[in-house]
Amino acid sequence: MAAVLTRNITKTFNDVAAVNGITLTVPDGEFMVLLGPSGCGKTTFLRIICGLERQTSGDLLIDGNVVNDMPPRARGVAMMFQSYGLYPHYTVRNNIAFPLRTQRVPRAEIEKKVAWAAQLLGIERLLERRPRQLSGGERQRVALARALVREPTALLLDEPLSNLDAKLRASARQEIKLFQQRVGTTTIYVTHDQVEAMGMGDRIAVIDHGKVRQVGTPAEIYDEPADRFVATFVGTPPMNLLSRGGAHLGFRPENFLPKDMIDDGNGGVAEFSFRVDRSEYLGSERIVYGVVEGFDAQVITAKLPPAHVAEDSIRPGEWHPFAVRNGALRYFDQDGKRTSRH
Amino acid sequence: MVEIVEPIATKPASRFRFLLDQRSVLGAVLVTPAILYVLLLVGVPFLLALYYSVSAYTIYDPSWRFVGLANFRQIIHNPAFLETLGNTFLFTFASQLLGLILGKFGALLLLRPFPGRKLVRAIIILPWAVPIALASVAWEWMFDSLYSVINWTMIALGIIDRSQAPNWLGNPHLAMLCVIVVNAWRFFPFAIVIFLAGITAVPQDIIDAATVDGAGFWRRNYQIIMPMILPIVAIGLIFGIVFTFTDLSVVYLLTNGGPIGATSVLGFQGFQVGIVSGDVSHGAAISLFMLPVLFVVVIAMLRFIRRREI
Repeated sequence: MAAVLTRNITKTFNDVAAVNGITLTVPDGEFMVLLGPSGCGKTTFLRIICGLERQTSGDLLIDGNVVNDMPPRARGVAMMFQSYGLYPHYTVRNNIAFPLRTQRVPRAEIEKKVAWAAQLLGIERLLERRPRQLSGGERQRVALARALVREPTALLLDEPLSNLDAKLRASARQEIKLFQQRVGTTTIYVTHDQVEAMGMGDRIAVIDHGKVRQVGTPAEIYDEPADRFVATFVGTPPMNLLSRGGAHLGFRPENFLPKDMIDDGNGGVAEFSFRVDRSEYLGSERIVYGVVEGFDAQVITAKLPPAHVAEDSIRPGEWHPFAVRNGALRYFDQDGKRTSRH
Repeated sequence: MVEIVEPIATKPASRFRFLLDQRSVLGAVLVTPAILYVLLLVGVPFLLALYYSVSAYTIYDPSWRFVGLANFRQIIHNPAFLETLGNTFLFTFASQLLGLILGKFGALLLLRPFPGRKLVRAIIILPWAVPIALASVAWEWMFDSLYSVINWTMIALGIIDRSQAPNWLGNPHLAMLCVIVVNAWRFFPFAIVIFLAGITAVPQDIIDAATVDGAGFWRRNYQIIMPMILPIVAIGLIFGIVFTFTDLSVVYLLTNGGPIGATSVLGFQGFQVGIVSGDVSHGAAISLFMLPVLFVVVIAMLRFIRRREI
């Protein structure tokens, strides 16, 4: 059964549509990532699910029940905020106990559950501290413990890693993912960071301008983008697009390689003449910027494996024969929608 | 190639040219006027008052004769003084409490968006901004024994009979109520500002988190927001208590301490005895009774704030 189901949800603020008809099904136990640029409506959508905002139209079902007009406390969802929203005047123990107190859970039961949640996240030794005495990573765990302590139907996470530094972020990502797999709570995770989305999501919903552009596994989103937005939003550098009379031909930078690397003489490749303008050496890869003959206006990038392509073989300013395997080519029509071929 | 430029020879700067760039010098220069001001206008009169209180100084007999604690002994045994002391506490704490309650509700109302909110926010500051002498005239007429608009309204609404119309400033208990209400009315815009500042400083994420965690309006207000803004409210309360405890303007303007001393407060009595009657030494002794109380209040509040710091 779907833990969270939305039907054509819209939300307008002063005639501006922040959420413009989102229909989404999140099955029980799934880790769903809402990915989109800032201001695309993903956070508003999350706030609608937890009840902090009322949708302008559309239905919201949690655990099979329509909860359109239910207050947040009756919805059985928990949310973890970008800045964690810990209560600064409470100890960690009281922070975690707070959602239980509001439900009037008996005292002994509260104690048991707080101990359970603290043990789950390994923060037993922090229980008597106050939030300001915790590090960023510890705060995050406390916020997670507080969200999970009442065993919600769905756990909503709003950019939970954006307050951590880059190193901590990688380990926290790992931790949340492992933790979610262990507990099995349905999770909806909002982020604008595609690395988080690709690395953590069972499925990703790519959102732009209040609309879902594509829902799929990370591999589907990356390999089979439904439209030009998804193709260029996901991937660093983004997919190359060559415009041909309004329609577009796309290919990923890592599939755009010197011709002799991929052409075994049996055909099945599309050839391009590529003039290199600039190249960046990033250790594990070399990003090369240039233009393709016949499409002078567009910067095209190629991601080359340094181990296989010597630096002096692709000197700037020269034209080189490059190619893409036909199977790696993607076609988009005038409206930006994916088509099979033309 | 990096080129190293020869430094241009300049005149050696005067030793005093950058004197004001030194923190220690500039700081001292800037803070001196304030220190002088406090020393001359607060420190000296305070020391003078300390000596007056143990002397026999009156304006008719300006001797500096030392009499020890005799003044204090006489005051403590005066029933009128003890009533004044009680009045002062009642006046201070009741008006502060009333002001805080009004302030909290006012702040909650003003936080909600409604048309004309900015105008209302500006108008609500008026009781604080209007000179109390002016406002007291209006209040005096509202409480007037004959022309009271409050009584007139209640009679018109049929709540009370004309014959039972209360004599607001003539009845000792009602007079106390009146000065408390007027003082609370004067103080509550300040309380609103304090509460507004505090509540808007609480991060929205924390309030949202409490909402999702299942807290309703009251729990959000009294278990999350109030404890978080307590330090700033406490500061406001310290100011309120200190100002009210030493204040005599409402009493002086509205009831003149009456009827029969029922609304007399320390500041008022000290003024009456020391300045109006010219008995400076007793006046000083009465006023000095404020000192330990204020001292205790301030110390207690500051300790409390430090403990609750978050």
